[in-house]
Amino acid sequence: MLRAVGRFARKKPLGALGALIVVALLLMAAFAERIAPYGYDDPIRGARMRPPSAAHWLGTDNLSRDMWSRVVYGARVSVTVGFATIALATFLATVVGVSSGYFGGAYDLVVQRVVDAWLSFPYLVIILSVMAVLGPGLLNLVVALTILSAAVNSRVIRGATIAVAQSTYVEAARALGCGHARIITRHILPNVTATVIILATIGLGAVTLAESALSFLGFGVPPPFPSWGAMLSGSGRTYMFRAPWMAVWPGVAISLAVFGFNMLGDALRDVLDPRLRGATR
Amino acid sequence: MLRRYLAKRLLIAVPSLLIASLIVFTLPRLLPGDAVQLMLAEKAYAKDVDELRAKLGLDRPLAVQYVEWLGRVAQGDLGESLWTRRPVLQELGQRLPITLELAFFALAFALLIALPVGVISAARADTLQDYLARSAAIVGLSVPGFWLATLLIVLPAIWWGWRPLIEFTEFSKNPLAHVAQFLIPALILGVAAGAALMRLTRSMLLEVLRQDYVRTAWAKGLAERVIVLKHGLRNAIIPVVTLLGTQLPQIIGGTVIIETVFGLPGMSRFLFDAINQRDYPVIQGVNLVVVSTIVTLNLAVDALYAVLDPRIRY
Repeated sequence: MLRAVGRFARKKPLGALGALIVVALLLMAAFAERIAPYGYDDPIRGARMRPPSAAHWLGTDNLSRDMWSRVVYGARVSVTVGFATIALATFLATVVGVSSGYFGGAYDLVVQRVVDAWLSFPYLVIILSVMAVLGPGLLNLVVALTILSAAVNSRVIRGATIAVAQSTYVEAARALGCGHARIITRHILPNVTATVIILATIGLGAVTLAESALSFLGFGVPPPFPSWGAMLSGSGRTYMFRAPWMAVWPGVAISLAVFGFNMLGDALRDVLDPRLRGATR
Repeated sequence: MLRRYLAKRLLIAVPSLLIASLIVFTLPRLLPGDAVQLMLAEKAYAKDVDELRAKLGLDRPLAVQYVEWLGRVAQGDLGESLWTRRPVLQELGQRLPITLELAFFALAFALLIALPVGVISAARADTLQDYLARSAAIVGLSVPGFWLATLLIVLPAIWWGWRPLIEFTEFSKNPLAHVAQFLIPALILGVAAGAALMRLTRSMLLEVLRQDYVRTAWAKGLAERVIVLKHGLRNAIIPVVTLLGTQLPQIIGGTVIIETVFGLPGMSRFLFDAINQRDYPVIQGVNLVVVSTIVTLNLAVDALYAVLDPRIRY
């Protein structure tokens, strides 16, 4: 195991860097109380809009709160929304994609036209419309983002399923009298797993970016709990000329997190499935 | 032949458009009953709940509502805004061009970045230039547009005391200023799409450049420019055009944020305000126009395939 990690790091230094960033992000989210020197909503007396210093690494905001602490707590929102969405979306996309690709026929035709329709919406427009119906909040954010990424990923998983379903070993299994359930669980699923893992990792970057955009537009977690997108939109933009660090650090955090997911996803794709290299974004 | 291919693509587009219209139509109707009451209390859109339901067309069977709505849409009637009481179509007539202009410039920037950089990156694979270009692309994919926009407004102000005007200029008033005001927002909007397109251009071109006929071209002593651009790029471009088709909705979606940040009175900003004001006729109308635009643009992308690769005929 350790040797495999070492080999991965040597072969894909950028991928290893991505993995490192992702691990750091997870640690920040899990141990925010220990890492952050202050609470996310604790005003610090006499430290309003202070520039970055030794006492406050990233400065303080207009309500005298420590920016570094808020950025650390902000990781929670990104990680929770990112991983919850990807878990749900991957499950949904696999069910829809595998069934659509395996059974084919009229079922496939209908399902794919619905997916087409979803895909022809700009993602922000769908999500905003869904959020208008559901209202803002963490759970609703996850639901809206899930519907969307599931549609995109199911298309790719369907393609992979069709390719696997045509192989001779599936034909052999059928000739031996295996039922659909056995063929799908024993032959199809293990062979599309690489595709699913790659889609999930790359999807994490896209979902994190989408979450920050929605939070930026005011459809995320309600204040005072910090999310990076919301930190940029509210006071971050109001005071951006007087206290630019308020608008800079949350953006750095988003970019680093997405960069980490993208790098890791790219490297995993190269290792797990060389055929897909450069095929998706 | 080309005409038949296009007719077939058009036929496939119709069901997608119908399903999309059904989604557009259903979304506001998923509102729980008390939300109508909430709208009444919050915004006083109508005298009482019954009138508001009638206004929203929620008082008849769903199927009837859908067919009637579709019929009105076919006649160009998208209803009127609950907020401004003006016809949605009229509002869109002013705002859609702004969004399309922004999207057009963004797409132009994306292609202007993606194609040259992608080609150089592939032709000079594994050199310093290639590494720099690829790293820049990943950074471009990771940086959120709204942050980039904020930085581009803040940093020049702090360093040089220069602030961009957050004010919309009509084309008729000052054509130069009108175009200029789109350049920075469009560049930001185009960066992410450009990065994705660049990566694909590079990997597709690399694959093509390994083919036997490319080696033959080298052996014939053709110039590198001819080999890379004529033999290579032309054969690598189809997947890039496909990706371009899928990037279009993302670019148009991105206009929601960019228009808000830069104060451009486009369609996406209109939609965003309508969502905040729960102005359902506007949400429906704008969504329908957006989807139709994208389906049409995708049709244009399909037509482009046939031009780029004469072998493609369905």
